Amino acid sequence: MFAAFLQYLFSGLTSGAIYALAGLGFAIIYNSSQVINFAQGEFIMIGGMSSATLVASGVPMPLAISLAMLISMAAGIALEKFAIEPARNSDVVTIIIITIGASIFMRGAAQLIWDKEFHSLPAFSGESPIAVMGATLMPQSLWVFAVSGVVIVALWWFFNRTMFGKAMLGTSHNRLAAQLVGVGVKKVLLASFALSALLGAVGGIVVTPITFTNYEAGIMLGLKGFSAAVLGGLGNGGGAIVGGLIVGIAEALASGYLSSAYKDAIAFVIILFVLFFMPNGLFGKRGTDRV
Amino acid sequence: MATLLEISGLTSHYGRIQALKGIDVTVAEGELVALVGANGAGKTTLLRCISGVQSVTSGSISFAGQDITKMPPEHRVGLGISQSPEGRQVFGPMSVEDNLRLGAYRRHGPSIKADLDRMYEMFPILYKKRELPAGTLSGGQQQMLAIARALMANPRVLLLDEPSMGLAPLLVAEIFRTIVALKEAGTTIFLVEQNAYAALAIADRGYVLETGSVVLNDIGSNLLANDKVKEAYLGL
Repeated sequence: MFAAFLQYLFSGLTSGAIYALAGLGFAIIYNSSQVINFAQGEFIMIGGMSSATLVASGVPMPLAISLAMLISMAAGIALEKFAIEPARNSDVVTIIIITIGASIFMRGAAQLIWDKEFHSLPAFSGESPIAVMGATLMPQSLWVFAVSGVVIVALWWFFNRTMFGKAMLGTSHNRLAAQLVGVGVKKVLLASFALSALLGAVGGIVVTPITFTNYEAGIMLGLKGFSAAVLGGLGNGGGAIVGGLIVGIAEALASGYLSSAYKDAIAFVIILFVLFFMPNGLFGKRGTDRV
Repeated sequence: MATLLEISGLTSHYGRIQALKGIDVTVAEGELVALVGANGAGKTTLLRCISGVQSVTSGSISFAGQDITKMPPEHRVGLGISQSPEGRQVFGPMSVEDNLRLGAYRRHGPSIKADLDRMYEMFPILYKKRELPAGTLSGGQQQMLAIARALMANPRVLLLDEPSMGLAPLLVAEIFRTIVALKEAGTTIFLVEQNAYAALAIADRGYVLETGSVVLNDIGSNLLANDKVKEAYLGL
């Protein structure tokens, strides 16, 4: 009984950590531009696909992983430079639709560059499962937890301890004030896309040994990251992390106790629930400001 | 005195509505220049144009002899144009100290820390509340923070937009004392105010703005004595 629960919890936490990273990616771009970037999932896919094919073609794993992160960041920067920035005077909704178009484009490009097959990456440190109180934990899951933890701490440090991080935060709180103290908001926007792409890539790379990846793996991962961000309160970093873990655990429990057929539905049930009953999410800003 | 800021023939639009209709304003080094006028006259728009966050339709702005009409806002801050905007616009969820440090965003080096200490000396209340989110400060304290944040850029000209708006009379007096002290320390100030009497009383020169045009331009004491100004803005 308990062993089964623990097993579901492990698998939920593993996917939840990836949703949390994706959710953080949504939050960072949303904060700097009020745009919801529906190409976030494609960053995850590009990270996974690039690292998998590079390793398969004989590139040593650490180098392949670094290259995959760079490739994904380049995709993020290109998206901002060539699709978002030229439209910067348009409505937010217009820009969101541009990101949907960009995600379709990236999936198409991935089909051409790679193929429609599933790709995998060898586990970072072996495949022998670890027994924990009757349940088993794959070593790769530990990698997922550790890497996500390190990324979250690094992000916290970046936003709270570096001037550029603070400038990005400041821009999200008050764009006009940020401009008036000399923050280049164009640079902030570009950095937010690069950072979100990097987060997505990291998530995509560490999870590929467990889940495999293909050209359209980004759709589901992106949408679940989006539900994590909405559940936590759009634009709230801590909320995105908690939201990601909740979505991951909820879907693992639902597929364990109900039916695995419902696994993918859970994230969407959560979105609907949030939108109906608490549109600000768990930790979102209330719709009021002191003036 | 050398001219620091020179605005000539400036026009600006919000959509199809013309907010500024050919403004000529100069501010010399070390001067305190006041711009007064009713709500909607275009005072804030003019300051937004100077800072580069509002687009200019025609005319030019030059600063220390350099044409900055098309320069992006962050580079203007680097040149020494710093603004304390209308409505304070503090970074609400961030600490008072982070707000001040962001004020020095374009600067580097140890002089920032010295200036931070100077601000805390000038506004002791900010030192007391330095770790609190700026949004929890009272209106007067937020105004002090906004001015201090603008000063952290070590500006050559300080643009103040309605520093007395929404404050209790006691606080208004305190803010104006601060402005006088800054002027005496040699800071060049361009002050925009609806509180025309207080602004003109401390200004070297003043401009009166009406629906996007400068209608009067004289030394502060002359404007205070001007019948038209008295009638329209001072309620005398």
